[in-house]
Amino acid sequence: MTSLWRRRRIPLAWLLLTRQPGRLAVALAGIAFAGILMFMQLGFRDGLFDASVTIHKLFDADLVLMSPRTMSSIGMAGFPRRRLVQALADPDVVGTTPVHWNLMLWRNPETRLTRSILTIGFEPGDPLFTDPGLREKAHVLNQQGRVLFDERSRPEFGPIGTWFRQGRTVETEVAGKRVRVAGLVALGPSFGADGNMLTSRETFLRLMPNTAPGSIELGLIRLKTGSDRLVVAERLKQLLPDDVAVYTKQGFEEFEKNYWRSSTAIGFIFTLGAAMGFIVGCVIVYQILYSDVSDHLPEYATLMAMGYRLIHLLGVVAREGLLLAVLGYIPAWLAGQGLYSLVRNGTKLPAYMNNERSLLVFVLLLAMCMGSAAMAMRKLADADPAEIF
Amino acid sequence: MLSTLNTTADTPGHDPGSIAGGACVQLRGLNHWYGSGTNRRQVIQGVDLTINPGEVVLLTGPSGCGKTTLLTLVGALRQVMAGSVQVFGVELNGSSRGERQHLRRSIGMIFQGHNLLRCLSAEQNVQMGADLLPDLSYRARRDLARQWLRAVGLDDHLGKLPHDLSGGQKQRVAIARALAAQPRLLLADEPTAALDSRTGREVVDLLKGLARNQACAVLMVTHDPRILDIADRVVRMEDGRLIDRGDGERLWGADRLPDRGPDAIEG
Repeated sequence: MTSLWRRRRIPLAWLLLTRQPGRLAVALAGIAFAGILMFMQLGFRDGLFDASVTIHKLFDADLVLMSPRTMSSIGMAGFPRRRLVQALADPDVVGTTPVHWNLMLWRNPETRLTRSILTIGFEPGDPLFTDPGLREKAHVLNQQGRVLFDERSRPEFGPIGTWFRQGRTVETEVAGKRVRVAGLVALGPSFGADGNMLTSRETFLRLMPNTAPGSIELGLIRLKTGSDRLVVAERLKQLLPDDVAVYTKQGFEEFEKNYWRSSTAIGFIFTLGAAMGFIVGCVIVYQILYSDVSDHLPEYATLMAMGYRLIHLLGVVAREGLLLAVLGYIPAWLAGQGLYSLVRNGTKLPAYMNNERSLLVFVLLLAMCMGSAAMAMRKLADADPAEIF
Repeated sequence: MLSTLNTTADTPGHDPGSIAGGACVQLRGLNHWYGSGTNRRQVIQGVDLTINPGEVVLLTGPSGCGKTTLLTLVGALRQVMAGSVQVFGVELNGSSRGERQHLRRSIGMIFQGHNLLRCLSAEQNVQMGADLLPDLSYRARRDLARQWLRAVGLDDHLGKLPHDLSGGQKQRVAIARALAAQPRLLLADEPTAALDSRTGREVVDLLKGLARNQACAVLMVTHDPRILDIADRVVRMEDGRLIDRGDGERLWGADRLPDRGPDAIEG
C-alpha cells in the first residue's frame, strides 16, 4: 500500500481526456456506439440460434431418436415407431414418448389468413415436457379435434389467447380441418416456427392423414437417474438399425443450432455486423488518440526533456485507451440492456444480456481501444526533446 | 579542426553524485553538424567551455550562431557527434538514450515558450517536476510543488490552468517546475523573450536567487542586454565558436556587429 502511494503520480491520462470534455464526449459516443452495435449484432445472432431450440429445450428426455434424414426442425423425416419400443430393451431406459412433429397451415380466425404453425402430436398420457404444468392440461386433448395453443406465438395467428380467456369458443381451421382450442400453453416462437400448438396423436393423424402408419418424427427416451447418457446412446446406436439416429438431448439442440449456423447466412451476417462495429470503433478511437497525441506533442517532448522515459509516455497513451474503453463500455452495456428488452418485446426473440457476451464485448472494446492506442503511440516517436528549445 | 578529443583524464569519475571539486559542465573540442552530404553544415566549431558548480553563465550571440544547439548538447537532448561533453563527470559522447534520459533528471530546463502542460494546473505542472524525485510520497511531492510555487510567488494560483496565467506567471511556474526536480544544472533558453522588461528582470532575478540557494549552476541563452549583469560570466558565441569571455559589459559592445547568419558558416 505504501509503495503504491509512493508511486502515485499525477493522473495525466485522466486529465488529458477530461480537460477536453467536448472531445471526450465525441470519443465516448463513438465507442459506446461501437459497443452497442456489437451487443446488438451478437445478441441477435445468439438470440436467433437460441430461438431455434425454444421447443427442443422443453422436452423431457435424456436421449432423442430422429431419422437420419432429418436435417432440421423445419423438415423432420419419419422413422419407425418400433425403434422406440426396441430401445426399451436397454436396462437403463425407463420410459419413452413417441412424438409427431410437423408444420401445418393455421387459419387466423380473425383475418382468415393462413400461416405455418408447428404442430406437436403426442399421447396425452405420456410425459412430453419437463414443465409439469402440461400434464394437467393434456387430458383435454383426449377429445378429438382439440388443440392446446401456444399463447406466446406471434400475433399473426390471431388473438387466440385473449378470446380464449374471455370464454369464447375458439375454433379455426388447421390443414383444412376444423379444430377447437381447448387450452393455452406458453412455449415461445422458435426460429423455424412462428407459433406452436399441441395436440393428441389421434388428432395429429387426422390432420395429416398421409403420415405413414407407425411412423414418428421424434422419440424421447428417459433414462434411469445416474446412468451415463453417452454410454447408453452408444449402446442404442449398436442396438438399433441405421434408419434411426441417436442424440443426447444436448446433441439434439446442437444439431438444430448447427443447421442454422452452417446452412444459413445468419452467423456470417451478424458476425460481420459486429466486426463492422469493431472497425468503426477502431477508426474513431484512433482518430481521437492520434489527434490527442499530435496536439500534445510539444508537451510530451517537454516531459522527455525533463527526464521522463518514453515508456512512461507510452503508458499515458495506453491508460487513455484503457479509460476510453471502460468509460465507453458503461453506456454501451446500459443501452444494450434496453435494446435487448425492446427486441424481446418486439420480436419475442430470447435476446438477453449474459455474462459471456458482456465480457466478450468488453474485451473487444478493450482490444479496440488498446490497439488504437498502440497505433497512436507511433506518433510519440515524433516527440523529439531536442526540437523544443 | 575536427578535434575528437575524448578526454576523460581530468574527470573525477562517472558517478554524477561524486563531483566534489569537479566541473559541472566541461566541453572539449566540441563540434556539431546539421544535415548530410552537400547540405551538411557545421554549427558548433571546436568549443571549449567549463561551468563550475553554482556558477551562472550567460551565452549570447546572434541568432543562428549555434547557442541553442550547444544548449541541447549540454542538456543531453542530442547525441554528441565529435568532441567531449561531460556533465557532472558523465561523458555524453557515445552515451546511450537511456543514459541521457537518466542524466536529464538532474538537469532543469526552462524554455522560451515555457512549455507547460495545458491540461494540468500550476501545482500539477510543478509536481510533474517533483514526481521525478525517487523515494518521496505523493504528499511530500505535492508539498514540494506548493513550496516551490510559494518560492516563485504564486501561492494564490495553485489551481489555475496555464491559459489563466499571464506570461510572467507561466514562466515562473516553469522555473518552479524545473527547480522542483532538484537539478544541479539549469539550462534556460531565452526565458525572458516573451516577457516585458520589468517582468523579465523579475523572472531572472528570481531564477538566479533560487539557483544560488540550491547551489545549482545555470547556463542561460539570452539576447536581452538588460539581464547580463546577473551573470558570473558571459560567453559570446559567433559562427559556432566561442569568441571571447569576460565580463558582460565589455562583451555586449561586440553585439553591434552585423549578423552573419548560419549560411556563412563553412561546413
